[in-house]
Amino acid sequence: MTVIETTAPERLPGGDEAATFVTTNPTLWQRLLGNPTAMVSIAVLVLLSLSAILAPLLAPGNPMKVNPAERFIGPGAEYFFGTDNLGRDMFKMVLHGGRTSLLVGLVVTAVSMAIAVVLGAISGFYRQVDVVLMRLVDGLMAFPGIVLATAAAAILGPSMQTVITSLSIVLIAPSLRIVRGQVLVVRELQMIEAARAFGVPTLRLFTRYILPAVSSPILVQASFVFSAAVLGEAGLSFIGVGIGPKELSWGNALTEARNYITQAPWIVLFPGLALMLTILALNLLGDSLRDILDPRLARRR
Amino acid sequence: MLRYLGKRFLLILPTIFVPLILVFLLLRLSPGDPAGMMLGDQATPEQIAALRTQMGLDQPLLMQFLLWLKNIVTLNLGNSLFFREPVMQIIPRYAGVTILLTLVALTLAVAIGVTMGLISAMNRNKPIDRGVVATAVLGISPEFWFALLLIFIFSVTLRWFPVAGYNPPSAGVVAFAATIFLPALALGVRQSALMTRMMRSSMLDVLNEPYITTARAQGLPERTVIGRYAMRTAAMPVVTVVGLSAGYMLGGAVAIELIFALPGLGRLLVEAVGRRDYPLVEGGVLTIALVLAFLNLLIDVIYALVDPRIRYQ
Repeated sequence: MTVIETTAPERLPGGDEAATFVTTNPTLWQRLLGNPTAMVSIAVLVLLSLSAILAPLLAPGNPMKVNPAERFIGPGAEYFFGTDNLGRDMFKMVLHGGRTSLLVGLVVTAVSMAIAVVLGAISGFYRQVDVVLMRLVDGLMAFPGIVLATAAAAILGPSMQTVITSLSIVLIAPSLRIVRGQVLVVRELQMIEAARAFGVPTLRLFTRYILPAVSSPILVQASFVFSAAVLGEAGLSFIGVGIGPKELSWGNALTEARNYITQAPWIVLFPGLALMLTILALNLLGDSLRDILDPRLARRR
Repeated sequence: MLRYLGKRFLLILPTIFVPLILVFLLLRLSPGDPAGMMLGDQATPEQIAALRTQMGLDQPLLMQFLLWLKNIVTLNLGNSLFFREPVMQIIPRYAGVTILLTLVALTLAVAIGVTMGLISAMNRNKPIDRGVVATAVLGISPEFWFALLLIFIFSVTLRWFPVAGYNPPSAGVVAFAATIFLPALALGVRQSALMTRMMRSSMLDVLNEPYITTARAQGLPERTVIGRYAMRTAAMPVVTVVGLSAGYMLGGAVAIELIFALPGLGRLLVEAVGRRDYPLVEGGVLTIALVLAFLNLLIDVIYALVDPRIRYQ
């Protein structure tokens, strides 16, 4: 459990005797600071993002450059992560590959969450739409997203756009269900009733009152969607129906590596570790956010 | 019971049709002529026109949809463009492997998850509990990477299992187990981690219930209290996620089949994607949807049998 610290009660300037105690709620950031798991996860994610953004500076040169003279060199001082079957520098590949993996994760999260919020709000407000949308969500959620994305790759051709499109579609479903559930709860609150009584238009009601009230679960969900998107891209690229062979991502780096696992296990190890670290950090961050934002759901320890 | 099952059946229909309709729309609404793309550059205009007629592409979209729907319902999926034989004859040859793989993986996942969750909950906050919880966190690693690690440890270094390949059950139980164990373990690991966490927290909840206190106060042996009373209730949430897990695994099976060279549906699907063999892709999606629907229905039946309250809701 996170201890929710409140700042010491203070007297209002020129305050009178009655009602002078003010407790300020700590901001989200302050509460994150008090949560070691969250801080470690954030630190890891910042580090991974920085190494991806700064990849051209940290590991200059084309990561795909083939160097047959230096194949299968183990990790060491010259090549931190060793070289692969084509003599490519694995350190470079992991750093540059992270650019694609994290970018896909980011875009998919933004797109799918945005659509889920809009559809979730509509679904929570209009029953007829809700019936249809929820059946669609049922159908999408039970079905393995990776199979659907694979089918999409057959039709649209493997590319970054295809991956982003299909992963976004697949990942809308779980978020939509969560947003809708929250909206259904919030719309029954008295403040909403009051706002309605005052004649606040529906759109404004949503942006001004409902969205802020449902933002916590959205934030939590976003971190899980991010992790699912990174994982999805890696999985699709690994089986060869992802971003295409010309691009580089952690999943793509692993595709060929699997054939050389006997000779050079390090070419499997490092892209996989980067991938796992990312997913782990995102999931732990999501868990901590949930604990912080919704103490009722805090995991029993 | 029948009414309950009928209701469940209706709820399962979207699981079958939503993915298929998405594929249908993707295929028809994507730019370019599907028939031309399917046949490639060497196709003559006559061949393309013939395929367009076969697929009904020369009809309006609504007619295409109805035609497609009729074909799906009658399981008339056309011929594979690559194998040049009906899709419905190809798929059964591959589906068995995938279904077996998923079932073994599910069994492993449930066995590991329930056991670990139970051990963890019974030793709450002791080192063993912390160990299990920490391991379960690591269990979120992607299954294809886990598969590669397993191959490296058990096949390459220890040489306990073959690196890849498949023996059907008809080749003998031991031979079959040797080729299915590692793939199933790799496929099951993520779900077993999830089930461990669920089992642990639900067990901790149940142990706080008054009826457990009553049972203990009556002097029942701990074995009976846990085994007969606590475990049954605590396992219910795990049963609920088995259906969802199965869906997840059918997706994960694609990569696992590629890594271990298992002749399953996932591999067939990826190869069909590479060849733009749309009828086969559609057939693969339909088969996976049907298997999932059947599994979910089966779980519903089991659920209703275990917990009679469900039937009357």
